[in-house]
Amino acid sequence: MVNSVVSVTGLTVKRGGRPVLRGVDFEVEPGTVTGLLGPSGCGKTTLMRAIVGVQIVEGGTVTVLGKPAGHKDLRDKIGYATQNPALYADLTVTEALRYFASVLRAPAGDVQRVIGEVGLGSHRDAMVGQLSGGQRSRASLAVALLGTPQLLVLDEPTVGLDPVLREELWTLFHSLAASGVTLLVSSHVMDEAARCQRLLLMREGRLLADDTPLGLRERTRTADVEQAFLQLIKETV
Amino acid sequence: MNTLATAQRLLRQLKHDKRTVAMLLAMPTLLMVLLRFVFNNEMAFSKAAPAMLGVFPFTIMFMITSITTLRERTSGTLERLMTTPLGKLDLLFGYALAFGVVAVVQVTIATLVSVWWLGLTLVGPLWILLVITVLDALLGMALGLFVSAFARTEFQAMQFMPVFVLPQILLCGLFVPRESMARLLNWLSDVMPLSYAVDALFHVTSSTEFTGTLLRNLVIIAGCALLALMLGAMTLRRRTP
Repeated sequence: MVNSVVSVTGLTVKRGGRPVLRGVDFEVEPGTVTGLLGPSGCGKTTLMRAIVGVQIVEGGTVTVLGKPAGHKDLRDKIGYATQNPALYADLTVTEALRYFASVLRAPAGDVQRVIGEVGLGSHRDAMVGQLSGGQRSRASLAVALLGTPQLLVLDEPTVGLDPVLREELWTLFHSLAASGVTLLVSSHVMDEAARCQRLLLMREGRLLADDTPLGLRERTRTADVEQAFLQLIKETV
Repeated sequence: MNTLATAQRLLRQLKHDKRTVAMLLAMPTLLMVLLRFVFNNEMAFSKAAPAMLGVFPFTIMFMITSITTLRERTSGTLERLMTTPLGKLDLLFGYALAFGVVAVVQVTIATLVSVWWLGLTLVGPLWILLVITVLDALLGMALGLFVSAFARTEFQAMQFMPVFVLPQILLCGLFVPRESMARLLNWLSDVMPLSYAVDALFHVTSSTEFTGTLLRNLVIIAGCALLALMLGAMTLRRRTP
């Protein structure tokens, strides 16, 4: 597809001599929320790193917004939040975000906007190192929201969050998608799948399915994504 | 622009760590005081002190930078920065600027205390002494940045101190004049940048002349610092395995 935001073909990646991605193909359409689901260790993070352009790949192509992944022009167009929150523990939330905002050439008011969006308003002057795990991962998510990214690559952004916050973040993701931002969100919690418009199910470095949640359930004749996942594994064995 | 933002961010990080700031600013000075009382004699102190004024800030800046850079790598913030428009040199010069500021303050205190209170005899002008010691601290910083690329853990980074710094201290002419070393050691001493800093420090404390050799030594120190920074930039990778 010409207007895909992300286009991956035949992607293979080896890490430490072991194949992590074994020929992955898919497209992500603009303005959608795509869920990348699969058990821990199935290659989700590696796939996301390849899209962001920090992963050395073995073969295949990854095209993002019409440019090869990692292209210079993409650096202020992709927001990336890693699974382990990558932030300076010895700065306050505001100070850490202010630094990333200036690196990303985001307007000054952006820092307070993203702090509000991830619900950290009451912790804006707290040291990052003193935040709880969930708060820290929200602060890290806030960095990805700075500026005007066209693609958000979020690695397990909702891990360890209470249900209310999780709900709020998903609402935020959908409103971002409605405004034209494309999101790729990974999770190992299958019940988050229902909130995505499209699902990529991964296992052992391969895509098991690339479908809508409804299409997936209908095809496998199952009630939820967890069941569908199990069914797909049975079929492929 | 991003160089400034990076320097500012590093200084903010330091500001939140009051104990480190206190140690950074006081440590070389306290060591000079200790040295003075160990010798218990102004003449002997004046002989060893110039070299020490070079060695202490060099060592401290080496350690501080290698640990800070390693933390940047292990916390994932470096990888995150490498996905942004931030240039590699922006990051390194940001480090150089921030730690350069720290080095200037640190070295100025140590030098002034040594000259005014501890009785270090200074024949040459004070400002050259300051320039040499600051360049020397910057050299330590740049080397620390560079070698941190080869450390995977904090343990390894700490070990680089004895590996990269102690041989330079042993061979820089502090314990034995460089000319009287065996040929191999003399040659090793010649390729170690700290030797030139110590030569320059001995020169400025014993002579008023601004000689060509002094200028050459300054250029060598600055050149080595710049070279280490450039090599450091080459070790930063946007893509990793």
